[in-house]
Amino acid sequence: MTGLGALIKRNIKLYFSDKGMFFSSLITPVILLVLYGTFLKNVYDDSFRSALEAAGVSVSDKLINGCVGGQLVSSLLAVSCVTVAFCSNLLMIKDKTTGAKRDLTITPVKPGTLALGYYFSTIFSTLIISLTATGVCFGYLAVVGWYLSVGDVFALLLDVLLLTLFGTALSSCVNFFLSTDGQASAVGTLISAGYGFICGAYMPISSFTEGLRKVISLLPGTYGTSLLRNHAMQGVFDEMSSLGFPTEAVEAIRDGVDCNIYFFGNKVEQSEMYLVLIASVAVLIGLYIVMNVVAGRKKRR
Amino acid sequence: MKNIIEINHLNKTFGDIKAVQDLSFRVKEGELFAFLGVNGAGKSTTINILCGQLSKDSGSVNICGSDLDARPDSIKRSIGVVFQNSVLDKELSVRDNLASRAALYGIKGKDFQNRLEELANLLEFKSLLKRPVGKLSGGQRRRIDIARALLHKPKILILDEPTTGLDPQTRNLLWQVIGNLRKDENMTVFLTTHYMEEAADADYVVILDAGRIAAEGTPLELKNAYTGDFITIYGEDEEQIKKLDAPYKPIRDAFRVSVANTAAATELILKYPEVFKDYEITKGKMDDVFLAVTGKNLIGGAEK
Repeated sequence: MTGLGALIKRNIKLYFSDKGMFFSSLITPVILLVLYGTFLKNVYDDSFRSALEAAGVSVSDKLINGCVGGQLVSSLLAVSCVTVAFCSNLLMIKDKTTGAKRDLTITPVKPGTLALGYYFSTIFSTLIISLTATGVCFGYLAVVGWYLSVGDVFALLLDVLLLTLFGTALSSCVNFFLSTDGQASAVGTLISAGYGFICGAYMPISSFTEGLRKVISLLPGTYGTSLLRNHAMQGVFDEMSSLGFPTEAVEAIRDGVDCNIYFFGNKVEQSEMYLVLIASVAVLIGLYIVMNVVAGRKKRR
Repeated sequence: MKNIIEINHLNKTFGDIKAVQDLSFRVKEGELFAFLGVNGAGKSTTINILCGQLSKDSGSVNICGSDLDARPDSIKRSIGVVFQNSVLDKELSVRDNLASRAALYGIKGKDFQNRLEELANLLEFKSLLKRPVGKLSGGQRRRIDIARALLHKPKILILDEPTTGLDPQTRNLLWQVIGNLRKDENMTVFLTTHYMEEAADADYVVILDAGRIAAEGTPLELKNAYTGDFITIYGEDEEQIKKLDAPYKPIRDAFRVSVANTAAATELILKYPEVFKDYEITKGKMDDVFLAVTGKNLIGGAEK
């Protein structure tokens, strides 16, 4: 493993010093912030308020803000973990197009070490941004309405870690096959623009058509978003219950904001969501290893 | 001198294209070896195979006494490569670039600091250490490329068109450094170049054409075998030159007469001493050799 540490350091430095790569990875979170800032916050705010008023209960602004804030925070973290990982891992392609890969492969470093270098540096770069974002999100929730328990905070951090591992493993498998700037920018744009929709960050999955909901329920990232939602909003739901809200009303809100995910009609428990996410990470890492081994054998032949 | 590179019956195809065909040659330790050919002749394919970047179809490659298939890592430690285009990370500083590459050879901490200082003095880039590589001029960047190739003190330095686009000052510095390395450390230099005057200084030259060796030898052997001598005669009128009964070409202030070899030139001088008052005899140039061998001029790497 000679040079693994140096490769990780180099890759992280490159990610943060390449402004194009760094800022393009922040496009999706910024879009989300703009959407919330301009109208989504008001839409959710109004819909919660009117639903609760219709149910004959009145709630404080703090609780509403905590609820909408939890949604924003979970959406933001859900997209950041994956899009930042994809953009950070674009270095794998950039090294091919600039020729740096040749310079790295003429050294005695094993191809597996190079692959691990990309993997770990992407995890670190993504975690630096995602954990910073998590800190900012906690600050935001503390201002608008804090309902998180210590357990929720740790669960959120675990979700961020798992989603980062998932985003890194997925991007490693996808980027492995790409070798031109055009392909890199196409994938970067596609992920930045599309992932927010398919993971339910821009719009709740519950608002999609049934067919689309079924398709989305097949994607592991969906469960990552749902876990974040659950942990970012659990405190709000507990507060609602303690204020005497009917359980049906709380469950309806949980359904509406994707805290409850249904896989072909069956409700998916949080433990199962974790299982799906961990299994996906394991499968994708396995796939990445196999791809590297096969590519190495092909090269030697 | 022992052989430091031995290539036997090397073959490589890409689909229907035979990039390298039955290539065999030797490079002796400490020599400046020039590998010439137009683009697509098979130079880069051969270099990529030597560096372990590309697999071969058949044949054997032995470097520093090790077989490329059996001990690729040991060979990689013996080779330093200066690529045609800079492949360092433009966003990172010179120091960060060199530190990250040195660590891949296990050179870290104090060892790296010492080596960096040596190279910075040798290639005069101490003042550039903190600057991003992308902000350097072409010549400055080339010096860093060479420093990167020398980080692990390789026995063989592969230079893939190292001076293309460089200013004369940087070119001179580069050749001066390489000359010193050859002299002081007995470093072998494997050079591909489009500048024939650089090839003329080589100890041994191999000319590739369509993946095969078209000619090989020392520059003198090649000049003797593939070109004649030239006598440049000054201050005579054309009638006098015609008397020599040899092919000639008028140039700005003289006539350039072609002869088969130096012996033929001597014969002419003895036969017509009155014509040879102010003259010089020169060997054919490597450009002439290249043209005679391949039927192509080597200008900027493209076939002309």
